[in-house]
Amino acid sequence: MTVTRLEPEQRELLDLAREFAVRELAPRAAADEAAATFPADLFRRLAASDLMGLPFDSEYGGSGQPYAVYLRVVEELARGFLAVGLGLSVHTLATWAVATFASDEVRKTWLPRMTSGELLGAYSLSEPGSGSDAAGLTTRAVRDGDDYVVNGTKAWVTHGGEAGFYVLMCRTGEEGSRGISALLVPADTPGLSFAPPERKMGLRSSPTRQLIFDDARVPTHHLLAEEGHGFRIAMAALDGGRLGIAACAVGLAQAALDQSLSYAAEREQFGRPIADFQGIGFLLADMATGVEAARALYLEAADRRDLGQPYARMAAMAKLFASDHAMRVATDAVQVHGGYGYVTDYPVERYLREAKVLQIVEGTNQVQRVVISRDLLRR
Amino acid sequence: MRIICPVKRVPDTAASKKVDPDDFTLDRDSVEAILNANDEWSIEEAMRIKERDGAEVIVLCMGPEQAQTTVRKALSYGLDGAIQVTDPAIHGSDAVATARVLAGALREESFDLIIMGNQSSDARTTLVPAMLAEFLDLPALTYARKLEIDGRKLTAHRETASGHVVVEAEMPAIVSVVEAINEPRYPSFKGIMAAKSKPLSTRDLGAVGVDASEVGLANSWTQIIEATPRPPKQAGEKVDDDGSGTVGAKAIADFLAAQKFI
Repeated sequence: MTVTRLEPEQRELLDLAREFAVRELAPRAAADEAAATFPADLFRRLAASDLMGLPFDSEYGGSGQPYAVYLRVVEELARGFLAVGLGLSVHTLATWAVATFASDEVRKTWLPRMTSGELLGAYSLSEPGSGSDAAGLTTRAVRDGDDYVVNGTKAWVTHGGEAGFYVLMCRTGEEGSRGISALLVPADTPGLSFAPPERKMGLRSSPTRQLIFDDARVPTHHLLAEEGHGFRIAMAALDGGRLGIAACAVGLAQAALDQSLSYAAEREQFGRPIADFQGIGFLLADMATGVEAARALYLEAADRRDLGQPYARMAAMAKLFASDHAMRVATDAVQVHGGYGYVTDYPVERYLREAKVLQIVEGTNQVQRVVISRDLLRR
Repeated sequence: MRIICPVKRVPDTAASKKVDPDDFTLDRDSVEAILNANDEWSIEEAMRIKERDGAEVIVLCMGPEQAQTTVRKALSYGLDGAIQVTDPAIHGSDAVATARVLAGALREESFDLIIMGNQSSDARTTLVPAMLAEFLDLPALTYARKLEIDGRKLTAHRETASGHVVVEAEMPAIVSVVEAINEPRYPSFKGIMAAKSKPLSTRDLGAVGVDASEVGLANSWTQIIEATPRPPKQAGEKVDDDGSGTVGAKAIADFLAAQKFI
């Protein structure tokens, strides 16, 4: 990983993240994934090391770090345990929406509890019938005095049932994107319940649930920005979230590459390590090249964001490229391991199952191409 | 209460090391340096005392200028300040010379308690805490896996091969700790940021009252006469079993007994 452009304390921060990932995360990943156990204790320990509020203002308990640094931390964590790196990315995405669009009063009350990691964040846009067509969502919020009364079912919510708060996109007005609003929904809101966790092929220790709103009452001052601004908030939050997924994909691919390198150097066939065969060496070379390219891409997008430049297209490119490449690296990692790669004794079959989800979350890779091509053709 | 934690900068435990062929000292530039792992336990113990009873905790480090990164790492756990003893004459000092320098620095300080790891991961002599106690004429509670404080009285569980011995002393005293004493925390990012502004006092040999003729490679009591690289890893012994399990199990048990593991 490149270490240029970092202050000494930022280097120490990355060392801390790496050490935590190697010592605490990686040894836990296989067992927690197999048992689908949410590692709540690990998030508490991240919080104790101030890693849950890195890119937020110190005024609200954050550490004021640029995305280029926060994302490298996400990458290191994902390299050890994807569910934790991705969890931090989702938490940051949800917290960002509150930090950017909530009223001063709500920010003062809620934000320090989010940046400290006391409350884990979740983001809720998708519904059972509305995925890529996010503007078609039907969960409705109706004003009643000082509350919105919310009814409907949201789907695919990471940290569903475990989070302390949800950033909910729901309909307060007309059809289409202009009728959507964003609300901050505390986990203990009466009328909010959770469906059983989805049974996924990978990323099983990160709970994904439906949220069921049945006359749930959310205070009107929990509205983010204004009524009708929800879709814009959702899309802006996803721009940042995509960078998080790109960093996760690079971390996962790096882990698969590391494992493949050590296996190829150790495994002997025909009297020598299989790494000596060009067929394997070329696979490793392509894996490593793509990992570096993906990392450079997300860091470039992060720099643009940190400099206040438009970065949505590049964030979509980083997410698209990094997750597609992670899928390829994970597939090739299994190939390098041969039969041993297909059994659970080695982590690479898990990486393969985990990589797949990165091509789907925070906008499928088809949606990323829509974002990129629309942005290209607008100029 | 004032607690001082002597720490050491050591080469990364996991890295392979090179030895200078001329004087057999470690080539410290060839490997990444880290904070001695055992010192994480002593720092954690000091921090727990600080959080429970209130204390000022100071880190003390003898080492080259580059050891400042190790000092900063120690400070990032939330310690209050640091003393670094740096002098070219110190290079190559053995355990006695190291204890002499640390004792010199400590004589200039007020303290109630010195807590340190029981050994460094590079030298592994376990001698320095006791030598330090000798130089400073203080009680030493070494190999502590549990430490209790009641007023000025310290009670430690001293780890032994078969269990533990309960030992007591009055402060001021020196305590060396083993792994079982606690689960060290990780630094926090705010701790890393705060470490930058914590007071760090750098001293040379003169400032700690030690003469250059008492320390360094040439004046050390121990001498390294020869060094050979570790032989390459040998293939392990393979135990065959006839399928019953008993033949293999007996062979493994015999092996372990011969090696005095059981």
